[in-house]
Formats: sequence, C-alpha cells, structure tokens
Amino acid sequence: MAALQLEKQRGRYAALAIAAVVIVVGIPLWWKTTETYRAWLPFSEISELDSLQLQLSVDIEVVFSRGTLTPEQQKKFPLSHVNEKEHQLHHKTEFSCGSVVVYVIPESSTLLPEDVKVYVGQRRTALLRSPPFKTSWNLKEVLSNLDVEVEQVVSTMSFGHQDIVAALSNRVRMTKVTKESMADSMRAIKSSPGYEITFSLLNPDPKSHSLHWDIEGAVQSYIQPLLNKLAPIANFSVDSQILYYAVLGVNPRFDNSVSAYTLSADSLSHVINPVEARLGSNAASSNPVLNFLLYVPDAHHSPLFIRDHSKRKVPSNAFHSPRWGGIMVYNVNEMYGPEAERPVDININMAKVMGVFLAQLRLMLGVQHTHPPTGFVLQSPGSAGLADWELDRLLWSRSVENIATASTTITSLAQLLDQIGNIVINDNIAQQVSSAVTSLQSAVAELEAGNLAFALQYSREAILASERAFFDPSLLHLLYFPDDQKFAIYIPLFLPMCVPIVLSLLKIVSEAKKRRADKQAKSD
Amino acid sequence: MDYYNLLTTCAFIHLLVSIPYAYSNYVENKAGQFFSSGHTNNWAVLVCTSRFWFNYRHVANTLSVYRSVKRLGIPDSHIVLMLADDMACNYRNPKPATVFSHKNMELNVYGDDVEVDYRGYEVTVENFLRVLTGRLPPSTPRSKRLLSDDRSNILIYLTGHGGNGFLKFQDSEEISNMELADAFEQMWQKRRYNELLFIIDTCQGASMYERFYSPNLMALASSQVGEDSLSHQPDLAIGVHLMDKYTFYLLEFLEEVHPASQANMNDLFKVCPQSQCVSTPGHRTDLFQRNPGSVLITDFFGSVRKVEITKDTINLTSSLKPLIQRSGSGDMQIESLTYVDQLPVAEIIHQLTPDQFLVCSRRWTEQSVRVSPSVYVQPCEKPPYVDSSPSHAPLCCGG
Repeated sequence: MAALQLEKQRGRYAALAIAAVVIVVGIPLWWKTTETYRAWLPFSEISELDSLQLQLSVDIEVVFSRGTLTPEQQKKFPLSHVNEKEHQLHHKTEFSCGSVVVYVIPESSTLLPEDVKVYVGQRRTALLRSPPFKTSWNLKEVLSNLDVEVEQVVSTMSFGHQDIVAALSNRVRMTKVTKESMADSMRAIKSSPGYEITFSLLNPDPKSHSLHWDIEGAVQSYIQPLLNKLAPIANFSVDSQILYYAVLGVNPRFDNSVSAYTLSADSLSHVINPVEARLGSNAASSNPVLNFLLYVPDAHHSPLFIRDHSKRKVPSNAFHSPRWGGIMVYNVNEMYGPEAERPVDININMAKVMGVFLAQLRLMLGVQHTHPPTGFVLQSPGSAGLADWELDRLLWSRSVENIATASTTITSLAQLLDQIGNIVINDNIAQQVSSAVTSLQSAVAELEAGNLAFALQYSREAILASERAFFDPSLLHLLYFPDDQKFAIYIPLFLPMCVPIVLSLLKIVSEAKKRRADKQAKSD
Repeated sequence: MDYYNLLTTCAFIHLLVSIPYAYSNYVENKAGQFFSSGHTNNWAVLVCTSRFWFNYRHVANTLSVYRSVKRLGIPDSHIVLMLADDMACNYRNPKPATVFSHKNMELNVYGDDVEVDYRGYEVTVENFLRVLTGRLPPSTPRSKRLLSDDRSNILIYLTGHGGNGFLKFQDSEEISNMELADAFEQMWQKRRYNELLFIIDTCQGASMYERFYSPNLMALASSQVGEDSLSHQPDLAIGVHLMDKYTFYLLEFLEEVHPASQANMNDLFKVCPQSQCVSTPGHRTDLFQRNPGSVLITDFFGSVRKVEITKDTINLTSSLKPLIQRSGSGDMQIESLTYVDQLPVAEIIHQLTPDQFLVCSRRWTEQSVRVSPSVYVQPCEKPPYVDSSPSHAPLCCGG
C-alpha cells in the first residue's frame, strides 16, 4: 500500500516536472526559434514623410545697370544690396545651378528692339527692360513695380506653380486638368535612373537603295552633348540598328494634287505597332527605351509626306508618340534619276535627321515647350541643344518628382510591412530604407536652401534606395503562412504531446482536491 | 418661287460651310479623345494555370486571347504569357505543333510566332505574384517582367480550375482572392497601372473579384458564385474539349474587333449571355472611374498609340567630327564577326529530295490527311511508305 502510494507520488512529481519543463523551457524556445527576423525601421520618420511640405527657393540676383535709377534712388539702396561691379554683359561666368540673374537696363536703352521686353539668354541670365519709373518714387515703389516683371522672368526661367503641380501629379490629384497639361504630363517619360536610346534605320527596299548613315559620328557630335548635359539626371546608353525589309503597317495613299504619297494623321497611330514587333531591345536592363526610327520609303512609294489634321504638309516630316519615341520619313527620290544603277548609294544627311530627333528627344525627356509671355525673346539653345535655364527647369521638376515618388514608395512600403506581421525584414532592406529616408530629408533641406544640384543628387539617391527596398525579391507576403494555416501545422505536432500532460495535470489537481475534501471531512 | 430658290440656295451654302466645320470639329474631337483615356501603352498578362492533357481547353483559351491581343497590336515585348503545360508538343497531341480552338480544326491558335514567357513548372502562384508586383530577382530578363508604368493599361486574363474564392495553380497550390486583391493594391501603390481589366474564366469566377479594393479596376468573370463554367465542344479527333464556352464567344466577339474599332465595354459585357453560356457571366465596374460605355475595347485589348506631329526642329549647323578625331586610341583592328548557324537548315534542305520536300509541305497544309493510329507522325518526317533515305531531324517540336 505504501509502495503504491510512493509510486503514485513519484508519478505525480514526474508529471509536474514534465509540465514545468514544457512551460518554462519549451514555450520560450519555440517562440524564439519561430520568430521572424525583422530589422528595425524608422517608422516614426517615415510617417513624418507622409505630410511632407516642400519649400523651394531660387537664388535671384537683380543687377541694375547704370542709368536705370536716379541718383537719389540709388542712394536709398541699403548698403548690403549695392554691389558696384563693372559687369560686362557678355560675362562668361558660370552661374550656379538653379540661380537666375536678371540685368535691368534703362527703359530707353537701345539694346533690345522696341517691342521686346525681356531677352532670355542661354546661360541663366536675362535682360529686362525696366518698366517706366517716376523719378519721384522712393525705393520701395521702384522695387515693388519691378517685382512683377522679375517674377514673370523667373517663372519662365525656373519654374511656375503649374510645373510643380504637374511634377507632383503622382501624389496630388490634379483637379483642373486641361488637355494641354495632361498631354504634357503624358508625353514626358517618367523619372528613371537610366534610359536607353535606340536609333533605327528602316530600309524596306534594299534592292533600290543602299543607305549609308554615319550614326556614330552623328551621335557623338549632336546627341552626346545633350546627354552629357543631362548626366546629372540619368544614365543614358545609346545604340543603333538597321532593319531591312521593314515596312510600315499602313498603306500610304497617292495624292494626285502633289503627285506624292501621303500618310494622314489618323493612320499614324497604326504605324508603330507592326514596326515595334521587329525592334529589338537590350535584354540586360529594365530601363525604359526611347526609339527613334528613320524610315526611307521604297522606290515605288516615294516621295512620302505626312499630313497633319488639317491636311497640311508637315515640314519636319516626322511624328512622335509619347513615352515611346519618334519616327521620321526621309525621302531620297530626289537624289537620283531614273537611269541610276540600282542599288543607288545614298548618304543620309545626318544634320537634318538629328535636328528632328534632337527636338523629339527633348520632348520625350520632359523639356517642356515654354510658352513665354508676349514680349519675351528666347535665345536659341545652340549646339548643346539645351539652354542652361531649360536644364534648370527640368532639374527642378525632376527633383520634386523624385522626392514625391520616393516618399510615396517608402510610406507604402512601411505600411505594407506594418500590416503583414510575419514578413522577414532583412538587414539590407532596413539599410536601404534608412538611407532613403536620410537622402529624402537632405534633398528637402537642399531644396529649401536653393542648392539645386545637391537637391537633385540626393533625390536621385533617395529614389534609387527606395526602389531597391520596395522591389526586393524577399518581400513576398505569400511566402509567409496565414494564421489559420499555422494552426493546422502545429496541431498534429503538439496535440498528441500536450494531451497526456494536460490530462495528468488535471488528474493531479482533482486528486489533490479530493484529498483536501477528505481531510476536511476527517477533521470535522 | 424666287424666294424659295433663294432659301434653298442659302440653306445649301450654309450646309456646305458648316460641313467642313463640323468635320474639323469631329477631327478635333477624335484627337481630343486620344488624350481622354490617359494611357500611353498597353500590357497583357495571360495565364493558364492547369496542366495535364485533359485541360487542353485552358491552354487554348489563353492562346486565343493571346492571338487576339497580338492581332490588335500589342507586341510580344508587352505580353507576359504563362502556360502551365505544353499542349502543342504534348505526346498525346495527334496534330503536333498546333492548338486548335474550334472543332474541325479551323483555327490554329498556336501558329508559328508564339512567345511563351513562363512555361511548365515556372507557372506558380509565387511567380505570378512576383510578375504583378515587380519583385523579381535582378537576373530576370526583360521579356519576363511586367515593365508597366503609371500610364499603362493592363489586361489580365486567368483561366483554369477555380472555386469559391480561389484559383488552382498546377493542381498543387492555390491563389486566394485576398492575395490577388492585395497584389493589385501593391501595384496601385507603386502606380504600376493606369487602368486594369481583369477577366477570369473559371468555375465560380465572380468570387475572385469580390475582394478588390484598389481604384481603376474593371473585372469580368465567366460565372457567378455557385455556378460552373462549362466547356464548349469536344473534338473527336483530338479527343478533348477544345475551348470553354465563355472564351469561345469572347474570341468570336474579338474577331470582329479591328484596331480602329469603336466597340466599347458595354458590348463586352453582353458577350455570352446565359442562353449561350449556361452560366451567368458577371462584371464589376464600381471601382472604375470612367463610364464603361466610353471605354473602348482597344483601350485594353489593342495598342492604339497616341501620336503627335513634330512641329519644331533644331537647326544643327556644326559638321560631324571627322573620323580621325573620334577613334581615340589609334586604329583598332575590327574583325568582322559572324554568327554560328543555329539551325543547320542548309544541310537539312540539301538532304531532302524534291519529292520528299513536296510531300512535307503538302502534309503541313492538308491537315485532314488520315494517318493510321499506330504510326506516330510528325510533320515533315519521311512518310512510312517511302524507304531508304538518310534520316534527318524533324523540323518541329517533338523528339
């Protein structure tokens, strides 16, 4: 009897010991080993990014040339503003990126023709004919009068409200969408770390035409300067190809009045698709591709002209498609007579071709048409293809766009990681997110200070880091089991083990209760 | 009399004057319409999720949508085609290298320029979600990626076996409607689409779009919850059902659409009513911002590019840099490179005698040539009754 009691005692202790081990050691061990690794993310700073306030400041320098102000007004200028420098108007100083210098010349000056109020130069400078001043005005009135004019100049040369809103169209719903602004926003390609530009020569009739184009030289001379200037924005890679027996998908119609073949504007949109199937692309990168096609019509369909919507001939004989590229038709029928030996050797005039492609490239990359107010004259961009202030405009909108996109990416990533509790956050993702957040904060600070070059650089780093973090292949929520599936996995493992433990514990408890009840009954 | 004459001439002149005005208005409107849809490029993701020979119809479904989409203009580089099994070169296919969509083998939807991006066991739920969200490993080639941007209209077509709230992939895993809705939300967060059209042809297909919550989504399904989508016709020569009813009538509808067509989504909703389809097709447009009546079919199925005339050019006057200046480090010997012959076509063609060549090409076109069932014939292999010629590699799938 006593031996049985001892056995039972030993059994009770064993059960209690096992239960103790399971609870004290087993459960924490299981918890720790099935925990998902989540590196720390700066969630508080990310939520701050959600309500980002951008402040952009432009450095403007207004230089009054001699004779603009009366001596009294000149005297009234606070000393800190006066800088008597002998500036020559053709000064070749490099003004810092993003700044604007306005030279104010006297109203009666003959530097600018009669009806021209402002002359905008290539390098971030502008000449402004001063509005009529009364000699009795004091300084404040003079300056306030000038303010409006200077603001007009600056909004042409750097940015206006509309441009910034368009750049932010990702995050801010554009309420008033004019057809033109929507067309503008659709035409320019999205900001991306790199672009590929492909030049293709389409020769549908190699039997008649043997075409030679010096594409390497043309790219080096005409396109590369523009790309070098745009280097702070993105990396560019240029390639070229020649396609033989490539036809346009549309049959041109013969127009008797001009005895030439014509393509109407409506049929142009069906031209691109059959050709695109034949164009190759660099499979190694996922950068957006801009295609520029030069089509030389075959001998039976020459000359070929493009007509616009009002049936007029298009002087450039070219058209472009937003975010895709452009096509130019180059007629060669005038270069040889009917008696020439086929195939005819033809050298393509690359200057003319590249002029068109350069204009299309500018549009594709987002260099908007500036519609300056009346009285403004803009100096032509010259060989680089891009004036400095046009570049500045692009940089302003690009940095704002980059900042907007990067902050949207980071906030939505943080939201995703918050919502799905069991996604593993690796160290590299956490590092990318942190660096994106710091770059964003620096970019915003630089924009506020007006340092455009640094702001663009930081915004580019921010967008690269945020994209890399967001598109990391390890962040796939499918790979992590939902809760009810977890339940289904653990039950067959733990239930057979837990049932005896729980039952024995219950039995111990009930026996202890019974003994206490017996003792109570005995003592009574 | 004179007065009436005057009136009619006046009216006539007025009409003459106003017609060109109305026409130019019409042209302007058409030009304006180009920018009303808000997209500049089109993508399509077409997925067939079932394997095994008896699911031939799912592959035929996907390939017929692929064919329509290509015909209407979307290039291969913008189509992600995922086929879970290879029916065309399946060893049970009596007509190798073909997938038919209509009995009597009228329409071969496989053709000779099909580009399948994900095939066989690569079609998994994980890969499908990776394609949608863009979270692919960096080594993935361009053709396997969905490189859409915020101005892309995407068409997503799924077919296979499904149930209430899930779609079966490869007979071994499922994707639930919640996962799909989350994937679309992630696409929206990253602005990977402008508008998205989701078509699903499975049993209880409507359950798959119940949980969508992202904007600019339109969904069509072949059957409601609790209903089965049925297959259309079996073909006695091939031995399996060739197409599903919904996609069959969808293909019939799409064959009438051409790139300049003005058919809109309301016509698409009417495809395959219950009298034809037995199941009730459903659609969901509450998340879509535009009116379905103003959405053209070609906005999703085709690729109509927006075009603008280039008005300005830049005057380039500087001449090209001469050749000597450009090649920096002296003369480089550039040897001309040639490609290795990938397919020794010349050898094959030389090996075929003229008679064999004729038989070969004839056999390829006349599909109704009866072959004895015990002989496994591939097109362009030597027929059994011609003896002793040098054997050569068959020119199509198999082997």
